[in-house]
Amino acid sequence: MSQQVQAAESAALLSRKKRDRRRTLVAYSFIAPNFIGFAVFTLGPIVMAFIMAFTDWDGNNAMNFIGLANFRDIFSDDRFLSALKNTLVYSVFTVPFTLIIALGLAMLLNRPIRGRNFFRTVVFFPYVASLVAVAAVWNMIFSPAKGSIANQFLVNILHMEASKWAAAPSTVMLTIIMFSIWKNMGYYMVIYLAGLQGVNTELYEAASLDGAGAWQKFLHVTLPQLRPTTFFVTIILTINCFKVYDIVYMLAGGSNGVVNKSAIVLVYYIYEEAFRNWKLGKASAASMVLFLIVLAITLIQFRGQSRSENE
Amino acid sequence: MKSKSKNRTAAQVITYALLILLAVIMLVPFVWMISASLKQNKDIFVIPYEWFTSSPRWQNYVDIWKKIPLATFTLNTVKLTLIVTFLQILTSSFAAYAFSKLHFKGRNTLFLCYVATIAVPWQVYMVPQFIFMRRLGLADTHLAIIILQAFSAFGVFMMRQFYQGIPDSLCEAARIDGMSEYGIYLKIMLPLSKPAISTLIIFTFVNTWNDFLGPLIYLTSEKKKTLQLGLKMFISQYSAEYGLIMAASVLSLIPVLIVFLSLQKYFVEGVASSGVKG
Repeated sequence: MSQQVQAAESAALLSRKKRDRRRTLVAYSFIAPNFIGFAVFTLGPIVMAFIMAFTDWDGNNAMNFIGLANFRDIFSDDRFLSALKNTLVYSVFTVPFTLIIALGLAMLLNRPIRGRNFFRTVVFFPYVASLVAVAAVWNMIFSPAKGSIANQFLVNILHMEASKWAAAPSTVMLTIIMFSIWKNMGYYMVIYLAGLQGVNTELYEAASLDGAGAWQKFLHVTLPQLRPTTFFVTIILTINCFKVYDIVYMLAGGSNGVVNKSAIVLVYYIYEEAFRNWKLGKASAASMVLFLIVLAITLIQFRGQSRSENE
Repeated sequence: MKSKSKNRTAAQVITYALLILLAVIMLVPFVWMISASLKQNKDIFVIPYEWFTSSPRWQNYVDIWKKIPLATFTLNTVKLTLIVTFLQILTSSFAAYAFSKLHFKGRNTLFLCYVATIAVPWQVYMVPQFIFMRRLGLADTHLAIIILQAFSAFGVFMMRQFYQGIPDSLCEAARIDGMSEYGIYLKIMLPLSKPAISTLIIFTFVNTWNDFLGPLIYLTSEKKKTLQLGLKMFISQYSAEYGLIMAASVLSLIPVLIVFLSLQKYFVEGVASSGVKG
C-alpha cells in the first residue's frame, strides 16, 4: 500500500519535474529570438569594449595588454581634452536652458487656450524631424553670409554686428547649443505636460484663498510637485548631452566631415580615433570615460529615485 | 471685480503673444526650407529676403532625383525601417511576455542583464561591435544595420512594463482552458498591447529613419546608403546647391511628417509614460 503511494508520489514528482522543464523550455523559446541577438551583438561588444581599453589591438593583429597606456595617451591628447571640455560646456548650457524653456512651454500649453494641440504639435515636430534636413536649414539660416536670416536679424533689428556663427571658434558652441535646444525642447515639454497632469489642483484653491498670485502659486505649489519630473528630465537630458554627436557633425563638420578643436565632442573623438585613425585602444579608453560619466549620472538617478520613494 | 477681468484679458493677450512668437520660432526654419527649395541658388542670400517668390522654381524637385540616387536612398531607408520595426516589435514583445508572465529559472538575472545595458550608451560599444560585424563579413551590408537595431533592450523593457499591468489571472484562466503559452501570447496579450506596440513602432520608426551614426559607420557603397547618409553626402558634395539641398530636405521630411501626424497621439502618450514611470 505504502509502496503504491510512494510510487504514485514519485510519479507525480517526476511529471511535475517534467512539466517544470517543459515550462522553462517554453519560456526560453520566447526569450531566445531576442536574447541571442542581444547577447551576441550587444552584451559581447560591451564586454569587449572594457577589454579593448587596456590593449593595443588594431582589429587584425594579436592583442597585447598595455595597462593604462591608452588612458595616459588620451589624457595627454589635446583633442581629447578639448572634446571633454566642449562636451561639458555643451551640457552645462544645454541642460538648464532646455529645462526652463520646456517647463515654461508646458505651463503655457497646459492652459485651456484655443489651438493648444496645434501649438504642441509645432513645438514637438522638430524633435522627430530628420536631423540632416533641419541642420541643413539651420546652416543656411545661420550662414556666415551677411544676407543670412540670422545675420539680418542681428544687424537690422538688434543693431549688432553680423556673426560668423558655426564658422568661428568663438560662436560655434553657441550655435550648436541653440540648435539643440530648439530641436529637443518639445520632447521634454511633453514629459512636463504629463507631470503637470499629476499636480494636485486643490492646493491651488487653497493658495488662492491665501491670496497667492500666479507666480507664487507656480513657485510654491506647482514647482515642488513637479520635482520628480524635473529630476527625471535633468538626468535624461544630461545623459543625452554627453552622447551628442550628430548635431556637432552636421553643424561644425567641414565638407570632409572633420570637426576641429573648437567644437569636437567626446563621441566624435571616439568615432575619429576608431574609424579614421584605427586606434581602437585609444577609442575604447575614451568610451570608458564616457561610460563612467553616464554611469555616475545614472547612479545619482537611482539614489534620487529611492529617496523620493521613501518620502 | 473689474480689475480682475482686466487682468485676465491682459494675461490672455500675453499668452497669445507668446504663442505666436513661439510658433514663429518653431516654424521659420521649415517655412524657409520650403521657400528656399523653390529658388535659384543666387536668390537665396539676397537682401531683403523674398519669403514667397513670385516665380517658384519647381524644377528643383525634378532635378534632385537626377542629381543623386534619391529613389535608391529612400527605398533603402524604407526597407531598413520596415524590417527593423517589424523584428523589434516581434522579438521584444515575445521576450517581454516570458519576462512578465512565465516563471522560470534565471528570469531575474536575465532581465537584469537587459536593464543594465540600457544604461550603457551605444556609443560606448559601437567600436567592438563594428569590428565583430566586420569579422562576420557584415561591413557595408544592410543586415548589419538590421542587427544593430532589431534586438534592443529598450523594447523588451518597455513591453514588459506594459505587460506587468495586465492581470496574471487572465493568462491563468486561458491556461486552465488548455491554451498553450504561444496561444495566450498571440490571442490575448498581443491584441491587448496595441497601445504599447504603437508607441514602440513610432519610436523605432523615427529612430531608424533618422539614424545617422550607425549607417555612417557601416554603409560605404553609395547604392546601399540611407536617405540621411545620402542627403548628407549630397550636402557635402554640392554645398552651394542651396535650392536642391532644400528640395531634398523637404522630400526627406514628408514621410516622417505623415507618420507623426497620423500616430501623434501614441507618440505623445509614449513619451509621457516613459517620463512618469522614470
